[in-house]
Amino acid sequence: MVLSAIIRRLLQTVLVVLVMSALVFIGLYMIGDPVNMLASPEATQAQRELIRQSLGLNLPLWEQYFIFLSKAVHLDFGNSFLTGEPAMHLILQRMPATLELATVAMFLSMVLGIPLGIYAGLKPDSLAARSIMGGSVLGFSLPNFWVGLMLIMLFAVTLGWVPAGGRGPVVSFGPIQLSILTWAGLKSIVLPASTIAVAKCALIIRVTRAATRECLPLDYIKFARAKGLSERRVLGVHLLKNILIPIITIGGLEYGQVFAFAVVTETVFSWPGMGKLLIDSIVNLDRPVVVAYLMLAVVFLAFLNLAVDIAYTILDPRVRLGGQA
Amino acid sequence: MKTADATLAPGTAEGTKEHLWREFVSQFLSSKLAVAGLIMLVLFLVLAIFAPWIAPQNPYDIASLDIFESKLPPGTVSTSGSMVYWLGTDGQARDILSAILYGMRISLLVGFVSVTVGFIIGAAAGLIAAYFGGRVDTILMRIVDLQLSFPSILVALILLAVLGKGVDKVIYALIAVQWAYFARAARGAAIVERNREYVEAARCLSLSWPRILWRHIFPNCVPPLMVIVTIDLAHAISLEAVLSFLGVGVPPTEPSLGMLISNGFQYMMSGMYWISFFPGIALALLVIAINLVGDHLRDILNPRNTI
Repeated sequence: MVLSAIIRRLLQTVLVVLVMSALVFIGLYMIGDPVNMLASPEATQAQRELIRQSLGLNLPLWEQYFIFLSKAVHLDFGNSFLTGEPAMHLILQRMPATLELATVAMFLSMVLGIPLGIYAGLKPDSLAARSIMGGSVLGFSLPNFWVGLMLIMLFAVTLGWVPAGGRGPVVSFGPIQLSILTWAGLKSIVLPASTIAVAKCALIIRVTRAATRECLPLDYIKFARAKGLSERRVLGVHLLKNILIPIITIGGLEYGQVFAFAVVTETVFSWPGMGKLLIDSIVNLDRPVVVAYLMLAVVFLAFLNLAVDIAYTILDPRVRLGGQA
Repeated sequence: MKTADATLAPGTAEGTKEHLWREFVSQFLSSKLAVAGLIMLVLFLVLAIFAPWIAPQNPYDIASLDIFESKLPPGTVSTSGSMVYWLGTDGQARDILSAILYGMRISLLVGFVSVTVGFIIGAAAGLIAAYFGGRVDTILMRIVDLQLSFPSILVALILLAVLGKGVDKVIYALIAVQWAYFARAARGAAIVERNREYVEAARCLSLSWPRILWRHIFPNCVPPLMVIVTIDLAHAISLEAVLSFLGVGVPPTEPSLGMLISNGFQYMMSGMYWISFFPGIALALLVIAINLVGDHLRDILNPRNTI
């Protein structure tokens, strides 16, 4: 039963990916004429027509879309106008850097945000809790890229503790290169990850606090206390298990946001990830790379949403995919 | 609003309206932070609107800029002695304080226009979806869901990559991003109202559906939507700053706060912090002011949602 629901949800996800791919295709392939970019300015009308035919631009729209799709399945989005390398290859090369940054940032915000949020939920009227909540408003109000700039100013330029940008040395771990495995790499990731974590931590704190306040007056907490369990166990096991549901949902969805907002952080810290590549490609009108990035983002985000939904069902048996209770 | 309910029974409709309004105002005033936010927001609005008369310099007038006065630290007196650069000058010798006041105009303009238009489109779509239900609802909400499953920054980036630079283009992109949030919120509020008795009564009077939606259902959806509008204004202003910072937003000739921060980026490595620092503070204060107001509005108008 769960399986059939998962399959249905999977089909929906595939449909979303298809619709988005059509939008991306129409939006980016149909605006502007690639022939103008490829042909030399003094090319004759006949030469232009030849290029048009060699690119398949004379075919009807739906046929072009079909060719685009069948190539996309093989991860073929054409070559970058700038470097001549396959666009997807360029992006996949940059992907580990972005995923590493996003993962470290999310980890940091969870590790800081959950305990602070629980505390703020336990003693909502205490001064400390009020400062935590005030700090969280600050956390998501401060313009994130500006926070990054100020961190660079303080820790890289003035104090000189960490590098201002770049990724530092990387260590190959199978096919993936990671920078958190070296001391210098760790120093490079601290600032960009903290910048993202400032905003995400604020959100995690709010969600955790709300969930804690909701769970605290419930009977099972009272019962655990009445049983004489230590406060540590009540909070660390009984409370945590139940507040984890909303936190995981928000955390999972936010992971996608971090992935997208890496565009900004990576630009500030010249972190060599996909986001930086996207901005550079938009500025340079490198269409194949932009399209490849978008398609990858569409697939990634759609499946992330699916994963969050499934995790939600497993964690909370009251929720059933497809709504059958 | 528990206290309002208790005293609501007697009195005319007009009296009740006034009473509720007074109740709302007194509840709003109960939070010092929210009042401080509102005062700050009004102050920023006044400063932005009257910037040409307040600002010590017109930063768009290139003739008035003296290139020898570029990159001066805060508090320097200009060589002509006519003014003091309280917050320093930037790479083009613009007075930072004046640039911030003018930049705030652009940021607020983009924010207010995009939220207003986005709200009108989104609320209309949401109300229609809720009122008619069925296939209309399904189609409209599927579009909304599809859009909301992708981060707003990506949607805006791609739209701007296609549209190009410009204040108007940024506004279009922000409208396209925001309408979906409003549509979802409006539908949620209207679906509760749709089955109320007063709507049925209005239908029995065979009023036209636009009239029922606009005159009867919409006014009752305003309180929860007000919260979304406020929070979204902050969101729009930050998003515009981010887009301009990335170089796909407003053109350099009309710098918004985000653009000013971006201009200072290159000078920061040599320790000239003020070019980025002060516009950032201004942007942060503006967004915080709006969020403080929005946060408190949510507590008053929509107590169930505590996140």
